[in-house]
Amino acid sequence: MSATADLPYRLTDPDQLRAKADRLRAKVVALSHTAGTPHLASALSCMDLLTTAYYTAVRFDPAHPDDPARDRLIFSKGHAIPALYAVLHDIGVISDELLADYNRDGAVLAEQPAPFCAPGVEVATGSLGHGLPIGIGMALAGRLRGDDRRVFVLMSDGECNEGSVWEAAMFAPAQKLDRLVVLIDFNKWQATGRSREVMAIDPLVDKWRAFGWSAHEVDGHDHAAIAGILENFPDGSGRPLAIIGHTVKGKGVSFMEDDNNWHYKVPDRDAFLAAWSELGQPEDEALALLDAAMPAGAH
Amino acid sequence: MRNAFADELLKIALEDPKVVMLSGDIGNRLFDEFKAKAPDRFFNCGVAEANLIGVAAGLAMDGFRPVAYTIVPFITARCLEQIRVDLCYHNLPVTVVGVGGGLSYASLGGTHHACEDLAMLRCLPEMNVYAPADAMEVRGCLRSALSHDAPAYVRIGKKREPVFHESIPACKPGGSVQLKEGADAVLLACGNILPVVMDAADALAKRGVHAAVHSAYGVKPLDTALLQTVFAKTSVVATIEEHTLVGGFGSAVAEWLVDRTAEGFAPAARLLRLGTGDRYLHEAGSQAYARTQYGLTPTAIADRVTEALRLAEKPATDPVVA
Repeated sequence: MSATADLPYRLTDPDQLRAKADRLRAKVVALSHTAGTPHLASALSCMDLLTTAYYTAVRFDPAHPDDPARDRLIFSKGHAIPALYAVLHDIGVISDELLADYNRDGAVLAEQPAPFCAPGVEVATGSLGHGLPIGIGMALAGRLRGDDRRVFVLMSDGECNEGSVWEAAMFAPAQKLDRLVVLIDFNKWQATGRSREVMAIDPLVDKWRAFGWSAHEVDGHDHAAIAGILENFPDGSGRPLAIIGHTVKGKGVSFMEDDNNWHYKVPDRDAFLAAWSELGQPEDEALALLDAAMPAGAH
Repeated sequence: MRNAFADELLKIALEDPKVVMLSGDIGNRLFDEFKAKAPDRFFNCGVAEANLIGVAAGLAMDGFRPVAYTIVPFITARCLEQIRVDLCYHNLPVTVVGVGGGLSYASLGGTHHACEDLAMLRCLPEMNVYAPADAMEVRGCLRSALSHDAPAYVRIGKKREPVFHESIPACKPGGSVQLKEGADAVLLACGNILPVVMDAADALAKRGVHAAVHSAYGVKPLDTALLQTVFAKTSVVATIEEHTLVGGFGSAVAEWLVDRTAEGFAPAARLLRLGTGDRYLHEAGSQAYARTQYGLTPTAIADRVTEALRLAEKPATDPVVA
């Protein structure tokens, strides 16, 4: 793949990126409400890292989703997969119909993704700590094939509890995989507790640096800052890149922010409408969504 | 068997540029030639098996044919969830090769005994399981595993095992090879216990019992055509393996037999299952010593088969009433 600017979904302006992220956050709240699925706050916290990576850096052409040299983005925190579904829907590789069927019996798009369920869903995640080793394999494959792909792995802070993450963290620098980047959604919570209390996760950036990564700490909601790092990826150090994004769980919806109940809680109609409004989306569209999601005969 | 594995793998890798080798930091000098001839396709992944399997999966998603290799407990139980999710759920053509199957590494202690792997790998959907019995079968099973678009597990022994085949058998999923004729009983040897089973057949012959011996390297799928034949015509079929009786080859045969019986098959044969016990060995000892502790010697096997034949000849009686 050549000039990245050719990709139709490419965004560079931070205001446009913020608007895109909020739009996709609203879509994710809608998916959680209509399908009754949890892990909403985890999807909201990573949305700025995900959208910045996708819309500014990842070279994934919707017209050629199987291009062997495409950049891979592995969404390793699979419980938050509606965030990726929303992005892939937005760039046109997941259809309206597929998304509308999300999590229904027999649907293609499940609460956590099945193998090869849609273009752009590179790995079936949901069990934590699998994305990075697989990403290393994909990066090694790129080196063997001699293509210029890059591999992006989005992980959670809770995921860093897993030993396999640190096995991989030691292996990637040994292989000098400078076309591999880890983005960590450091939202300070895991399922049932503060991540720094459950495990000694701090100082997270120092851990990655000590393991041999080119590691950066950023505000994980600052599109310009994230984009600035990704603009220079690979960064010439010969090391893999780690971006530790400090984030707020439930970001974008005031009554969900930093409230870990929203790890499992599903928004009811009022919560959905309030969130939709806070995220700056038009109310009539929300009402139409609710109407469309209602089971047949319920009108 | 491990030298045959390294040699055959190199041959296959030189024929097929998609073959890549991932080692869990074992095989000192064993892969020197591979590293010299295909340096970019050899990866020492360190003592980190969970990562190793994930890396293999990523390579396989890109069309490569990874072989993931280290000692049985570490390439199976240690990273079972990676095998399950990364390889089997995604149905990727990765060949997992475990060295030191069964009691091969008995002297290294219980951490290195490998008598549960077939059970763990066999229950995974999509997975093919091979347990070759000698160096030639290792070569054949490796070729078979690498030619199928599915995850595979090949359980091999260590080194200097007796070789029974003059050439490489044409192995396939669910295959077996007959090594000895005999009409009185059938011995199905699974994996590296074969030399003991051949000696057991000789011991039986001295008692006037002529037993056929098959090397049943196909654990999943099973060689069901062979099972259909031997259970229809013999009075005793024995499965023998360096593996626990819970879930291994003998269990697989028992499951097949029960299911066929439910479908109306009336077997002529009784099934006798021999394997390691439901306990770990805590004392030091060689593979030969460990085998004696589990009743896996030629004499012990011959005794069990003789007794089963004696019971099979008696009219059926209810042991509780009797």
